[in-house]
Amino acid sequence: MTLFIEQCLNGLQFGLLLFLLAAGLTLVFGIMDLVNLAHGSLYMLGAYFAATFAAWTGSFLLGAVLALVATLIVGMVLEVVAMRRLYGRDHLDHVLGTFGLILFFDEGVRLIWGPGGLSLPVPSWLNRSIEILPGIQYSAYRFAIIVVTLAVAAFLYILVMRTRIGMLIRAGASNREMVGALGVNIKLLYTLVFGLGAALAGLAGLMQAPILTVQIGMGENIVILAFVITVIGGIGSIRGALVAALLVGFIDTLGRAFFPQILVELLGRQAGSTAAPALSSMLIYILMAVILVVKPQGLFSANSR
Amino acid sequence: MRLSKALFLASTALLFAAAPAAAQQKSVKIGFVSTFSGPAASIGDDMRNAFELALDHVGRKMGGLPVEVIYEDDTLKPEVGKQKSEKLVESDKVDFVAGFIWSNVLYASYKPVVDAKTFLIVSNAGETRIAGENCSPFIFSTSWTNDQNPIAVADYMNQKGVKSVYLIGPNYAAGKENLGGFKSEFKGKILGEDYTTWPSQLDFAAELAKAKDSKAEAVYMFYPGAAGVQFLNQYAQAGLKGSIPLYTTFSIDSLSLPRQKDAALGVISALQWGADLPNDANKKFVGDFKTKFGTEPSFYAAQTYDAAMLINSAVAGVKGNLSDKAATQKALEKADFNSVRGDFKFGSNHFPTQSFYMQEVVKVGDAYTQKTIATAEKDVPNPHASKCSMK
Repeated sequence: MTLFIEQCLNGLQFGLLLFLLAAGLTLVFGIMDLVNLAHGSLYMLGAYFAATFAAWTGSFLLGAVLALVATLIVGMVLEVVAMRRLYGRDHLDHVLGTFGLILFFDEGVRLIWGPGGLSLPVPSWLNRSIEILPGIQYSAYRFAIIVVTLAVAAFLYILVMRTRIGMLIRAGASNREMVGALGVNIKLLYTLVFGLGAALAGLAGLMQAPILTVQIGMGENIVILAFVITVIGGIGSIRGALVAALLVGFIDTLGRAFFPQILVELLGRQAGSTAAPALSSMLIYILMAVILVVKPQGLFSANSR
Repeated sequence: MRLSKALFLASTALLFAAAPAAAQQKSVKIGFVSTFSGPAASIGDDMRNAFELALDHVGRKMGGLPVEVIYEDDTLKPEVGKQKSEKLVESDKVDFVAGFIWSNVLYASYKPVVDAKTFLIVSNAGETRIAGENCSPFIFSTSWTNDQNPIAVADYMNQKGVKSVYLIGPNYAAGKENLGGFKSEFKGKILGEDYTTWPSQLDFAAELAKAKDSKAEAVYMFYPGAAGVQFLNQYAQAGLKGSIPLYTTFSIDSLSLPRQKDAALGVISALQWGADLPNDANKKFVGDFKTKFGTEPSFYAAQTYDAAMLINSAVAGVKGNLSDKAATQKALEKADFNSVRGDFKFGSNHFPTQSFYMQEVVKVGDAYTQKTIATAEKDVPNPHASKCSMK
């Protein structure tokens, strides 16, 4: 039972972290109709900035805040310099263009920081395990990630549902041409939304950095999951991204945790332990296929509401 | 008009003059395949540094001939490694192919090299089939097979009386051979084993929670490169460090230690080489490596240095006549060089017979290093030699 609760917490933490990535991706996809493969590069930049700034200032929190600001700025500059040229083009152009950006960022990071990668140590006040329920020890840092991401999710909810900017974002996701026709400065809105998405990706990267390591290409695997979440949740829907991210987080973690044992029982030790990793990493794609069959627009589509 | 004609004549003459000279000028051509991009590039760079240092030590000449090295990046992908190896033997016509970090890349790439009757000197990847049923007169290794070091660790844990263990490793050729080797030797109970998706899965929270829940006396893991850093960080964060002793192979080296730091302290592993081994060749290698590159060499570097020295000994042994393949093979088999690991000789499958040492991570001043604490096994031959028919 303890193990199950701990694995659920792991799933929750992973899911919420994925939500940060997917939220930015789904906004950009939904509002600007832009497929941004380079979203993972912004995640990587967030981690590199945080590691660098934390080393300069000697404080994890200060480093994190500076890194957030830096990724926000990089995101907005990137939108103005590169992304703007891609709007209204074919999705294949987006994929080509943003794939080029991945290579650009990977090589840029190598030139600046070298190929070896950096490390961002967990702040000492979080580097312990805490008793969150009687008898259940959990990593304080992972618990902090859960708290921060929940706060960010609440902030996003208020921003999107209760503010004027949020109203424009929602309107943009539903019908972009109409928003522009009504005289809204769509260019500025795009830059802001892209910057916001970049900052969210950067936040995910910098929070993940102490658990994983800061290295070139660290965003490339996780951004695939973020795309899956975007598709499952419905393009442009933040609520969909949250639900889908939690689903994927739980299925991935619980699948890895308990699926191998079930398979070993069924197939025997040798075959079970060989097949388990392959099958458990397939679970989320099976989920995506099932959801697309039942609801082709995703769980909460912004367009078909 | 006259000027251009004169120029044309002059350049034609030069061209003809240069051509025979180029044909006569002989050099030793070595292709080196490793990973020079992505997160594993630091390993490839360390190997290249060691190879270059070895060339410096032999005066950039082998058997009196100048040496030309072509470095190729396998980008950690088997299909790219194969393509680069084909290019090296077919269009560059190299005399030796060396390098290879990853078992899966090596297994995809060895065939074109061997088919072209080119000597392949593997300086890391320890694919067991290359030592056994797929061995070849053209393949030599200056490392080990994937199961050897884990067998040494299991031996050591048996001696220490460890009764139960939980295993975690990556789900690819080397991961399975590594954990398989451990299982074949360990006498206690194996309370669970997890294979994770490689190389994409980097969050081990689910596996670590299971290891903790299993109440095993020890955890054994294998995660080379950057994943080793992540594993150790998460091991500490999950509260397992200090409560469950951790054993490993190939997951801690001088490249990862600066990032693993305290998370690696006290972790025990087994290698056939250590920076502190007290032989003369090693002292020179480690000292000059530190002076030239500012870091302690890794085991990848040590094995690559040996590979370069092995090639040098063979080229000198046949006095530069590399077209005589049989003589070159004989010269390589002699292993007439001073290995940085001490005693070194080849077994019948061209894998070394060597000793294994236990190493513990310690902190000396501000720096972290691996200290040799015991000899786990002395002069063990490669366990796959009997499966190798060498044709």
